[in-house]
Amino acid sequence: MLHIVNKSPYERNALEACLRLARPGSALLLIEDGVYAATRGNVAEASLRDAMARLKVYALRPDLEARGVAARVIDGIELVDYGGFVDLACGQPNCQSWL
Amino acid sequence: MSEADQQDEEGGGVVKKFMFVNRKAPYGTIYALEGLEVVLISAAFDQDVSLAFVDDGVYQLVKGQQTKGIEAKNFSPAYRALEGYDIEKLYVEREALEARGLAEEDLLVDVQLMSSAELGELMAAQDVVIGF
Repeated sequence: MLHIVNKSPYERNALEACLRLARPGSALLLIEDGVYAATRGNVAEASLRDAMARLKVYALRPDLEARGVAARVIDGIELVDYGGFVDLACGQPNCQSWL
Repeated sequence: MSEADQQDEEGGGVVKKFMFVNRKAPYGTIYALEGLEVVLISAAFDQDVSLAFVDDGVYQLVKGQQTKGIEAKNFSPAYRALEGYDIEKLYVEREALEARGLAEEDLLVDVQLMSSAELGELMAAQDVVIGF
């Protein structure tokens, strides 16, 4: 399953809920304001690092670049472009966009 | 076609497993009401529908909602009517309920309580997951 989170971890609890429910082996893609969770020193870093032991975590590079934080990405998070986004969605049986 | 797809008896249409994930409280935003509308529409298409209530979504099911004072439609009775549309799978995340000081008897409809992990498993087994 692919989980997609597009909200800042400071504004909403979408990522927190996603990490609580996502089963091991799932994929997580951070997009839009969700990419702030992929940066070093953010409030969700510890919980995201814990989750990376059981989830594969991706972030959308254009959204990181647009926000000026592409150089601050936590090690182990894989960056994808829009083509990679499509590949992720097509490569999983289902997906959930956490509002 | 996935293994979960089945043919229905009449038209040969595909029945998919739909889960609607409700994570918002009822009146502050339009999400809960819109979600309920979509659930009722989906029932008309004879799909395998379930509802999950997570985070503030559990507030949608609290007994005793009185909306006269805010001049908004009290749509909470509609959850009790879902059974009439053959929507009987209502799942509530136990952790979300407990975190808000609520218990099963505070809810206006029969639900199945599940842990976050159990609900996550169920979510992963759906054909389509739609969040509100």
